Amino acid sequence: MKADNVIRPVGPQTVNLRAIRAIYGFEMARTGRTLFQSIVSPVVSTSLYFIVFGAAIGTRIQEIEGVSYGAFIVPGLIMLMILTQSTMNASFGIYFPKFTGTIFEILSAPVSFMEIVIGYVGAAATKSIILGLIILATAWLFVPLRIDHPGFMLLFMVLTAITFSLLGFIIGIWADGFEQLQLIPLLVITPLTFLGGTFYSIDVLPPVWQTVALFNPIVYLVSGFRWSFYSIADVSVGISLAMTFAFLALCLVTVWWIFKTGYRLKK
Amino acid sequence: MAPIISISSLTKTYASGFQALKRIDLAIDKGEIFALLGPNGAGKTTLISIVCGIVTPSTGTVTVGGHDILNDYRAARSLIGLVPQELHTDAFESVWATVSFSRGLFGLPTDPDHIEQVLKSLSLWDKKDSKIMTLSGGMKRRVLIAKALAHEPQVLFLDEPTAGVDVELRKDMWNVVRALRASGVTIILTTHYIEEAEEMADRIGVINKGEIILTERKAELMQKLGKKALTLQLHRELAAIPEDLARHKLTLAPSGKELIYTYDTQGERTGITALLDDLARNNIRFRDLQTTQSSLEDIFVGLVRKDR
Ligand SMILES: Nc1ncnc2c1ncn2[C@@H]1O[C@H](COP(=O)(O)OP(=O)(O)OP(=O)(O)O)[C@@H](O)[C@H]1O
Ligand SMILES: [Mg+2]
Repeated sequence: MKADNVIRPVGPQTVNLRAIRAIYGFEMARTGRTLFQSIVSPVVSTSLYFIVFGAAIGTRIQEIEGVSYGAFIVPGLIMLMILTQSTMNASFGIYFPKFTGTIFEILSAPVSFMEIVIGYVGAAATKSIILGLIILATAWLFVPLRIDHPGFMLLFMVLTAITFSLLGFIIGIWADGFEQLQLIPLLVITPLTFLGGTFYSIDVLPPVWQTVALFNPIVYLVSGFRWSFYSIADVSVGISLAMTFAFLALCLVTVWWIFKTGYRLKK
Repeated sequence: MAPIISISSLTKTYASGFQALKRIDLAIDKGEIFALLGPNGAGKTTLISIVCGIVTPSTGTVTVGGHDILNDYRAARSLIGLVPQELHTDAFESVWATVSFSRGLFGLPTDPDHIEQVLKSLSLWDKKDSKIMTLSGGMKRRVLIAKALAHEPQVLFLDEPTAGVDVELRKDMWNVVRALRASGVTIILTTHYIEEAEEMADRIGVINKGEIILTERKAELMQKLGKKALTLQLHRELAAIPEDLARHKLTLAPSGKELIYTYDTQGERTGITALLDDLARNNIRFRDLQTTQSSLEDIFVGLVRKDR
């Protein structure tokens, strides 16, 4: 028997596209099964924001740089949803197989760590982008919207979804229990989003706090995203874009480090 | 013939500092059924997990089909199917979906006919649309086997496949294993049921405390250690063994009512005829007789005890 009689479905240099598709499909099917929690509840909660801030309170708040308050908060709210949903979804997606033990199959399959990341992160990002677009459509029902730079809007949306899905993936690998999964989204991401100019322009803050706010990475995401709607921004769009790419790079480097060290995946 | 799996100087020390494997050297031939026996905690699962890529080795090398499991992991792993000891299954997916998923994960194009055939061979066909969480433990075990077979492995690891499994599934499973072997698949199984190893395996390895203490062809093992004992129940008590019978090296039971003769089943001649002739000549008559063979279990227990 010669060694080359042995079937080699996947060569060492190729990419196992079918595996990526399998993981992606598995994750998307999971979303499909939990459609209600995944889509309906975020839509309902953002609609409530629009009703409360847009229609009820918003009418009493003066326009910000020519944009009604209801419309002003839409980009921030979409960002808030994309950030939290990406993180939660991706962290759960990889944490759950670790928890149930089904991760053994992924670890024993001829897939590279990058292919695993693309499958899980791709699915989580896809889901948040769909969600973001649904919320955008919902917003249209409540407030008059205008999108000056649709290309940039999509770019910011996609980059943010990928970046925070990567962050979620890292959290999922790090987490040892369900509490830890909730920890970072609850204690870090949500507060930073609320403080990051979702509901206001950071111009309204006292000067000291404006400086502090510039250390909040989410300010850049929200500002850039809002600029793609109304061409108004807290920081210049170039800086926003650069910062977005910087966060993406940071997450990629961390994932690469996990891959190199086998951190927490293999015994 | 180059072995399909070759393990050399493999050791594993877990992060806790516990050394689970102490220098393992082992070669598995293509197409054989290799049974790995060993008490709880011997390192069977650890060894399998390293070959499959779930646990990283501390030192040493492993190749599968000539491919290094670390440097050429894609080629090595695509040859392997693993049925783990624990029932790690999804919950909400259907049987069909989870088995198809495994095939995709291993980089193979979809093949509904193959999956259908695998599910049928494991009596899972009528459950193909059921959610896994609605299945019994034994059914889940079948699903795990189906997942491992979905990607047509050349080497199949079965880590205690019959733990908690009823007679019927065991039969099903051994039929599947025999069919796989007939098609040239190499099978490595661990089990605590020694009869199983005795019935199924071509070769047997015994691992204890992280060391392989024996590997041997089953037939040779049985031969080497497989003595038979013939027990004769006598009509009348004997006070002592008559001089005439001394050459047969008999043992007399303390009761004086049983004579025990041990012989090698594989020897040229067993000496039974001569013994019976001598007994007749000495007018020793017996009312019943029985023979017993030392089983693999005796051998195994003896080995592991000696090692303690
Ligand atoms: N992750 C781990 N960290 C530390 N020690 C471990 C770990 N996994 C296993 N061990 C130890 O390594 C030893 C071998 O374990 P292993 O699971 O390989 O045994 P086994 O032969 O499969 O036993 P069993 O028949 O019970 O399945 C045991 O003493 C076990 O406690
Ligand atoms: Mg075990």
